[in-house]
Amino acid sequence: MNIIPEKNYLTYPKGLKSWLFTLDHKRIGLMYLFAIMFFFLVGGIFALMIRLELFHPGQDFVSADTYNQLFTLHGAIMIFLFIIPSIPASLGNLILPLMLGAKDVAFPRLNLASWYIYVFGAMFAVYSMIAGAADTGWTFYTPYSIETNTAVISLTTGAFILGFSSIFTGLNFLVTIHKLRAPGMTWFKMPLFVWGLYATSIIQVVATPVLGITLLLLILERVAGIGIFNPALGGDPVLFQHFFWFYSHPAVYIMILPGMAIISELISVHSHKKIFGYKVIAYSSLAIAFISFLVWGHHMFVSGQSELAGMIFSFLTFFVGVPSGIKVFNWVATLYKGAVRFTTPMLYTFAFLILFTIGGLTGIFLGALSVDIHLHDTYFVVAHFHYTMMGGTVIAFFAGLHHWWPKIWGRMYNERIAKITAVLVFIGFNLTFIPQFIMGSHGMPRRYFDYLPQYQGMHELSTYGAYLLGTAFVIMAIYLIHSIFKGKPAGNNPWGGLTLEWQTTSPPDPHNFHEVPVWTHGPYDFDTIKVEPDLEKELETA
Amino acid sequence: MHTKTEHKHSTPLLVYLAVGGALLFLTVITVAVSYVDLGPFNLVVAIGIATFKAMLVALFFMHLYYDNKLFMAVFISGLMFLGIFIILTMFDTMKRDMIYEEVAKPIRPNAIIYEQPAATDQTDGQH
Repeated sequence: MNIIPEKNYLTYPKGLKSWLFTLDHKRIGLMYLFAIMFFFLVGGIFALMIRLELFHPGQDFVSADTYNQLFTLHGAIMIFLFIIPSIPASLGNLILPLMLGAKDVAFPRLNLASWYIYVFGAMFAVYSMIAGAADTGWTFYTPYSIETNTAVISLTTGAFILGFSSIFTGLNFLVTIHKLRAPGMTWFKMPLFVWGLYATSIIQVVATPVLGITLLLLILERVAGIGIFNPALGGDPVLFQHFFWFYSHPAVYIMILPGMAIISELISVHSHKKIFGYKVIAYSSLAIAFISFLVWGHHMFVSGQSELAGMIFSFLTFFVGVPSGIKVFNWVATLYKGAVRFTTPMLYTFAFLILFTIGGLTGIFLGALSVDIHLHDTYFVVAHFHYTMMGGTVIAFFAGLHHWWPKIWGRMYNERIAKITAVLVFIGFNLTFIPQFIMGSHGMPRRYFDYLPQYQGMHELSTYGAYLLGTAFVIMAIYLIHSIFKGKPAGNNPWGGLTLEWQTTSPPDPHNFHEVPVWTHGPYDFDTIKVEPDLEKELETA
Repeated sequence: MHTKTEHKHSTPLLVYLAVGGALLFLTVITVAVSYVDLGPFNLVVAIGIATFKAMLVALFFMHLYYDNKLFMAVFISGLMFLGIFIILTMFDTMKRDMIYEEVAKPIRPNAIIYEQPAATDQTDGQH
């Protein structure tokens, strides 16, 4: 019979103050989890409003100006307040030090500061919604972002501040991984989740300052007219796009690399099979991090960028496909002859494999210069990046959340309902975005408030899909919250994992481990070590 | 035991003074060179001296010369990423007038969709 330890990080110490001033990485991770889920809800509501307006052509219930604000806020919130911090700051904070066998991250105070900075930045973003939300799109392209009367400055200030939070988390993880690994855990004995977060942290530290300076220059352009992006003053609006994408393209890898890291972890644990190609998966994360800095111009093929630059960026873009492909093939090879268990995390993992592959391959279409001329700024692009960001990162995030949920709370959710929900998410997602691929390839432009009647059928399907997806997320929220209070105790190692987080109690002790753990085997040595998952033991005794 | 970390604190005062003197001297040189007309090379010389001065500051005042070489690697990688940003952006900004000569025209001028064969010098064909 599994029991929950009386003294754990959730119950000790007690009181609101002990949470607000906590230096415990697990509590900070949990605070991040609640904050990002709140903004996922807000961004999701905006998405549903967008889809409702697009159900019929013409104006239904919001004006064209409001519509522009809705898609801007949906994008900005989902990117800056949800996806970028989602996996590293919540699951990373909760799990990384446990996986390394450490008591905490290297700089616990910096960690808490990063959460408060996140909240502070979020307040600016929320204020911008009240003070006449920006309508520029989340990309803030000049010259429009200089001219519009909406609240561009408060939203960009919010994103500027949020950047610091992201840098602090990245810096903290880099030092933690270098310095706080358990005795015996050499670089190539680290779990792949750690490798993924390491590559992510490098990008966070190197690229995010460029976003900071870009947004600062934009604010100065608006306030003081310094003339760096404004052509009327001798500036270059396309230069803004270079600045913006030099951060924002690597930023999409800040989003997807931790997702890939989760999948590498889960696919091995839930098929009880040693990961295929450990080293190449680890190296491919670093390769993706590096190549991500060389391809930003593929967002600018029709911006007026020189043809030479277009050709160079198109050529370089294809290189990203190589390490991504390496990962996918290694994951599939891991499944071969494994003892695959169709648990909820594994269902999300399979969903990831399918959706990310579609997202990745359509990215190759868009990276091809000539094809992009046709598809640029259509719904094809919208569908592509939702397949990678949502079908990839968000699905991986939910896979990880279901995988570590019993570790975080010590309790198990209802697996039957969770599996049904996973299927609903998969169907809802595809119903939303497959029609967008089709209408995009037929020329439906993105960010348009109105459209020709010929696209109506596809828009209707997409809206039905979005509401199905929304319903699935509501069900997920209900069963997860229910499990916190009423779930069955999950045991220390419900899935039979070998990494260190499964060797402590669920939920973990405030200090993680009673004594420093020693790492004597590899993270995926399922060929030599037999572990019986606590959940299956429970089923047998029942 | 003497570690590298302890060693860096014992950098002699003389080194700091010498580096400071070198920086001042190079500033004088920069100003002096600006009075000599070297054509486009004025800029090259000025940037060259400035780079050398920045290197002195990084190596001695910021202790990169004495510290763990990991910090040097981190510092250089920052410069490398800045270089990537500037060089790839210049492939755009310096080459905007380099327009590819090929312009749009029918793929097959005699295709059946055109009532009359499209003239080759026209870009959109005859409908």
